[in-house]
This record gives sequence, structure tokens and C-alpha cells, in this order.
Amino acid sequence: MSNERSLAIAVDDLSKKYGDQVALSHATFHVPLGTICGFVGPNGSGKTTTIRMLLGLISSSGGTAKILGESIAHPEKYLPRVGAMIEGPAFYPALTGKENLNVLATLGGYPLDRVDQLLHKVGLGDRGDSKYKTYSLGMKQRLGIAAALLPNPQLLILDEPTNGLDPAGIHEIRELLRSLAQDGITVFVSSHLLSEIEMISEYLVMLRDGKVIFFGKTTDLLERQRPTLVVKPEKEDDLERLRQLSEKLGHRATVSNGQLHIDAEGNWSAPFNRAAFESGITLSSIAVVLPTLEETFFEMTSNQSGGQQ
Amino acid sequence: MTSLLYLLIDRPGGNAERGTFISREILSAANGLTIGFSASAGLLGIVALCVFAAQTAQEYTYGTLRNLLVRQPSRMKILIGKLLSMSIFQLAIVLVSGAVSIAVSFALAPHAKVSTDLWSSSAAITSVLHTTINVFISAIAYGLFGMALGLLLRSPISSISIGVLWLLIVEGILGTVWSTANKWLPGSQFSNVAQGGSAEISYSYSVAATTVYLVIISIAAASLFKKRDVSN
Repeated sequence: MSNERSLAIAVDDLSKKYGDQVALSHATFHVPLGTICGFVGPNGSGKTTTIRMLLGLISSSGGTAKILGESIAHPEKYLPRVGAMIEGPAFYPALTGKENLNVLATLGGYPLDRVDQLLHKVGLGDRGDSKYKTYSLGMKQRLGIAAALLPNPQLLILDEPTNGLDPAGIHEIRELLRSLAQDGITVFVSSHLLSEIEMISEYLVMLRDGKVIFFGKTTDLLERQRPTLVVKPEKEDDLERLRQLSEKLGHRATVSNGQLHIDAEGNWSAPFNRAAFESGITLSSIAVVLPTLEETFFEMTSNQSGGQQ
Repeated sequence: MTSLLYLLIDRPGGNAERGTFISREILSAANGLTIGFSASAGLLGIVALCVFAAQTAQEYTYGTLRNLLVRQPSRMKILIGKLLSMSIFQLAIVLVSGAVSIAVSFALAPHAKVSTDLWSSSAAITSVLHTTINVFISAIAYGLFGMALGLLLRSPISSISIGVLWLLIVEGILGTVWSTANKWLPGSQFSNVAQGGSAEISYSYSVAATTVYLVIISIAAASLFKKRDVSN
């Protein structure tokens, strides 16, 4: 286990039950300080329940958790250093974006001049005086992120921050999160956009059915998945022959998009290249491809015996 | 309501609530100036119930409560802050209503041939002060009732409709079929405080009963708010 002082989030054996229904079961994971940690899992896997417990909004049924070294039993000790957006943005529709932030700044005792800075930071500088109800979904998300940044947090907890954003908006948020992490802020972010999580997250916590099925470095997860050898013959007519050759040599292979995908380790590329050459087939490319986070996610969340770290 | 006291003063059907009749002599007394104001307390109470219930329950339906609690984890501070802000708003409504009622009384009294000689006396000023305080206490009681419903039901529509249904319909039926019910029904007590007491129920009894109701409602609402999970 990492030194407790170096952890932004330390969850140990945390559970939540609603009557007989188990929303989170004995979850254990740690998030180091200063990292971006992705929090992924299918709908209903317990992500939002976990986030709500970490923020003191709901009580736990068992286990412990610490945020920035303080127990979640005393949220008043750590929440002034935590920014959060939970289950999408939620603001008063009749107030402007600026007025909504002013309410939260006043409540948290933060200087009001920070509101204008944050509105500019999230790209709402010219719409701060518009009523929240006139905002698009993307603008609402940006306002939610601005609200989360109000306390100048050491830890930022974001639930689906890119929901409703266009590709340019997603790119901006990705860059924002990266710059925050570079400033030493720990970012704990849940998202369904696994490609985004893969791009920005150094660490990962994966949930399935209320249980943690992986936590650790994202690269560790991807590297322990079996890679695929992607082979392209010079002549497309050779694809079927190539597939049969692979099967004959004991490696399952499938043809897709004019390429052969072989279930094999990277060190098998040279022997296979040689075997293809001896069979009179010339290869135009051969590459070892690691599964993406999305592929790994689907494999792990659909595999009931998925390994737990 | 104040204008009806003067405009319907000679109508055989009465000029006050439920066909009762308030004469020129009563209206021209020092405390006659505030009869219209205290008669509107029930309406102000329903307004308070709706405002308090909606403002409380909307925090759940908008999802804004989670933002508030993240920025201010002390749930009691949030609750007391909301109560204070809504009470100040309600005080403003009561003061404006009182001012309008008194202005309407002065404007319509000559037309209804009601003497206003005693309305400038110190007794009249004392009556205005007492009535304002009583109407405000009554409105806050209605409001707390609405706030508790808002916290319990977490829906503005449900809390307002159940609150209004109870106060206007259920209490009305119970009070009609069971004469002693008015001695313990909360709405009756809140209303009686605004009127400064009645022939059947004394002011001090209603204040005591209202206090008991408010303590029970406040403790129940605060405990619920403090302990319940915020999952909206």
C-alpha cells in the first residue's frame, strides 16, 4: 500500500447497501496525489454512489475512506480543499451563470472576483450574465467545472465532465484537466468516453456490479492484456491463405478491414513473417497492437471472472 | 380582503369571512384598522407555505442541494440559512401586505362611512404592531409546516398540494364535523395566533400550541435533513 500521506483518495472495504440491494461492495482502491485517475464502469456499477460517499452526501454501510488524509466521516475537514461536479451540473435556472457561482462562492467563503476568472477559464466569459436556463448542455458542463474549481482544489472529483460537449469542447476539457494535474491537482474523473480516459488517466479504477475489478496504473492494465498481431499482405487475395497458415501454426486469427488480426504475442511476428515468406506470401505490414481501454473494459466488464488487483 | 370589509359593509350576506358581519362601530375602533390585515393572515400563511415548501423541495429537484452541501458541509447551517432567508422574504411580504391593507382601509373608510378618528391614536399604532407581529408569527408557522413537507417529500408539487389540501380541506372538514378539533389542529392554531385569539380559543393557548407544533416540526425536519442521504 502507498504511504497514506501520498494518497488523495484511500478507500478501504467501503460498502453501501440500500435495503437488500448492494450498490457498492467492499471497494478498495487508492489514488495517488497529483495524478489523473479515471473511474470507469458500466451504468449502475456504483460509480456515482462511491463519489457521493466520498463527498459526504450519503453515508456508508461499512468500511472506511479517507480524502486528503481525512476520514469521510468528517467531510467538513476536507471539502474546502475539494472541487466536485456530481451527476452533471445543477444550478438555479432563473439565476445567471455568474450569480450561481456567486452563491457557491459566498457559501464556501471564496473571493467573488474568482468567479469572473473561472468563467473565462472555462470559456464562459461572455455568457456569465446570461440566465442558466438559456445555456446549452455544453455550457452547463463548463459552468459545473467552473463551480468545481471555485475552492482552488487540491482534489477535483468530476462525474462525466465531457457529457454534451462537442469534440472541440472535449479537447478543451482534456487539456484543462492535464494542466490542472501539472499544477499538482489530483483529478478523479468518471466518464463513459473511455478513449478520453485512456488519453488522460495515469491511474484507473474500474467497477463492475458494485465491486472494484481493477485499480492501478492504466498502462499496467493495458499491458497485461493479450496483444494482437495485425498483419497486412501485399495482395488482399492472400488473406484467407494467411489466416489458414496462422491457424495451422496454432494461433487464432480473424480477417477484418483487409487485415489479419492474430491472437499472439509480439515475439511471434518474426516467425510468422518467415512462415508467410516460405509460403510465398509477402507481407506489406506487421504490427503488435495492444488492446484499447475500451476493448479491455468490455472484456473485463463482461467477464464475470475478471481479475481484481 | 380589506377592501371587501368596506365595499360589502351594507350587504345582507355579510362583509367578512363565512358570511359574518363586521359593523361600522367595530371597524371604527382603534383596532378596526387592522381587522382586514389580520383577516388576510390565512392567505399570507398559504403563500408562506408554498414559498417555503417550494424553495426547500426545489433544492432536491434541481439537484442544487448537492452543490450547496459540497461547499458547506454543515447541513444545519444550510437549513438555518434557508429558513432565515425565507423568513426575511416573508417579513417583507407581511409588511407590504400590512401597509397595503392599512392604506386601503384609509382610502375606503370615508366611502363606507366608517370613522377613522381613532385610527391615529396610540392604541391603533399598538394594534398595528401587535397584528404585524402576530401575522408574521403565523406566516412563519405556516412556512415551517411547508418547509418540513418540502424536506419530507422532496417535491415542490407534492409538498404544496398536500400542505394546502390539509390546511384548506382536511382541517375544514374536521373542524366542521368535530367541533373540538379546532383546539388542536395546527392550521387553526396558526390562524388564531394571527387573529390575536378568538372567543373560543385564547391567544396564549394558540401561541403555546403553535410553539409545540413548531418545535416538533423543526426537530423532525432537522433530524431528517441531517441524516438522510442526498441522492437527488
